Amino acid sequence: MDMKNTRCWRIGVAAWVIIAGAGVALFSGAEAADLRVGLVLERSGKDDKSFNASAYQGLKRAEKELGLTTKTVEAPDNSAYESLQRAFAEKKFDLIIAVGFHQLEAVKNNAARFPNQKFLLIDEDAKAPNVRSVMFEEHEGSYLVGALAALHTKSGKVGFIGGMDVPLIRRFEMGFAAGVKKINPKAEVTANYLGVTGDAWNNPPKAKELALDQYNRGIEVIFVAAGNSGLGVFDAAAEKNKLAIGVDSNQDWIKPGYILTSMMKRVDEAVFDSIRMFKEGKFETGLVRYGVKSKGVDYSVDEHNAKLVAESDKKQLEALRAQIISGQIKVPDYYLVQKKK
Amino acid sequence: MIEEFFSNWILPTVRVSAPLVFAALGGMWCERSGVIQIGLEGFMLVGAFFAAVTTHYFSNPYLGLVAAALSGLALSWIYGVSVLRFRANQIVAGTAINLFALGVPPFLSKVWFDSTGNTPPIPGEAQFRFTPLVLMGVSILLSVFVFSSTRFGLRLRFAGEHPEALKSAGVSVEWKRWQGIALSGILAGIGGATLSTYLSSSFTRNMSAGRGFIALAAVILGKWKPVPTVLACLLFGFTDQVQIRLQGVVLWGESPVPVQWIQILPYLITLLVLTFAVGRSRAPRRLGVVE
Repeated sequence: MDMKNTRCWRIGVAAWVIIAGAGVALFSGAEAADLRVGLVLERSGKDDKSFNASAYQGLKRAEKELGLTTKTVEAPDNSAYESLQRAFAEKKFDLIIAVGFHQLEAVKNNAARFPNQKFLLIDEDAKAPNVRSVMFEEHEGSYLVGALAALHTKSGKVGFIGGMDVPLIRRFEMGFAAGVKKINPKAEVTANYLGVTGDAWNNPPKAKELALDQYNRGIEVIFVAAGNSGLGVFDAAAEKNKLAIGVDSNQDWIKPGYILTSMMKRVDEAVFDSIRMFKEGKFETGLVRYGVKSKGVDYSVDEHNAKLVAESDKKQLEALRAQIISGQIKVPDYYLVQKKK
Repeated sequence: MIEEFFSNWILPTVRVSAPLVFAALGGMWCERSGVIQIGLEGFMLVGAFFAAVTTHYFSNPYLGLVAAALSGLALSWIYGVSVLRFRANQIVAGTAINLFALGVPPFLSKVWFDSTGNTPPIPGEAQFRFTPLVLMGVSILLSVFVFSSTRFGLRLRFAGEHPEALKSAGVSVEWKRWQGIALSGILAGIGGATLSTYLSSSFTRNMSAGRGFIALAAVILGKWKPVPTVLACLLFGFTDQVQIRLQGVVLWGESPVPVQWIQILPYLITLLVLTFAVGRSRAPRRLGVVE
């Protein structure tokens, strides 16, 4: 047998081992009677303490309170979404939940291929008859934490650190900067991004360097929207004895005393509500928006940051919230600004 | 002024280069012995993971460092068995090592922490302050010395350059290559440990983020010699720093330079240096040749 043959044979064996492993991982477990819900998470996974974690918590709550069978998978990379969703559809899961804007194309394709399958897509609008799309008004929530950040700086210097440079994160930044300027028109907002590839969500060491640099420049509060990488910013805040603002989930507990608040995107609520509706037979497809009005985006206050957020702060933020709801304040929305251009 | 320059440029550059330096020195030793080493990424990843886990359980980063070195060594042994004992293709085996290392942390953290690939945070007091930098200096000095002035270094280089000469002197080529591979595992594992216990405070999935491959690029850029390799690592670290520090800074006019322009800087500088400044970079003559 020559080298080429052996090599082919070995690559083949390796490929089959990987395929078999993935298959076992995907299809073991979920075999029961009642409502079956499949959750497809992004690469950063259910322990990102942030966006995906929130979706996972919503699913687990629904599992406990509504009694259903669930199965969670995490995509190893962006090309895996379509096959992961399809695997659920072929297994005749009742509802497939796709988390994150990266999954848009995959959901569109699968929704067309399986017209009777119901999908829930978070963070993008699939515009398909069998998909419920949930989008959050991130700019409104970011506006509120921006105002809070401005209330906690003396120098007027605040920072923003984004993960991957994509419109969604620009939307956070724009809302945040507007909130800061509302309280302190002279304030300066410095924005940094970790990168332009998916690695940006998983690079805490680099996020820490960015944050240290911002703090060294005199910035007092940093709002970070960068998935797993956010942990690096919290490390920097603790090291420099400054403040940071978390994102998506309530992250105040990670470094108590150094995390001013978290801009919560209640993905858990959206997931739970949708499953409940499905169970009650009231599942509606189409686009649903979660804003400050429904508290779908909100700032967090709990025992970990109670000492940082004063009553007067809260009063001011609630006043702003009321003004956003009534339409008195129009928070700039990056998506709309981009469309106009 | 000088102090500011030091704390704003020199220290951060050295800091972010540390994982690269360890991995690149390991890669250099391995490739000098005649074995292609593209598995650095995998060694770093398991090193980072086991360092974070050990430090989490024992609150002692030094134990974490040892665990990282041992886990890198263990993984490099698998690589050694496949390429030296069974003569597998080195590129394929290295890729397999990387894929394998990608899967280990999620699997084990599921078993230990019911999490898919992240470890619980390490308390601040169990984090390294500056030890890895000292260790890095020691590794560089030792590498330079061993490389040029010891019998071990000379023989290891001959394994990659002229194995016949080594054979006729009665020295086992395969054994030298085993040593080269082991060194790469240990050093890259330690590089991984600096990522999870020094530059951040927990392991997150895929946290090496391509640094193993950048380290390999540094080996090639550094012409497989210790000092130039370290300098190449520092160059990569420095461009990363430039990129970080120039974001949002107004250089001229009213508005800052668009982030996209800043972010291509590291790649641009690397390309320019590779094309114009380095000149011919020659690999060890018998690199990747199965005897």
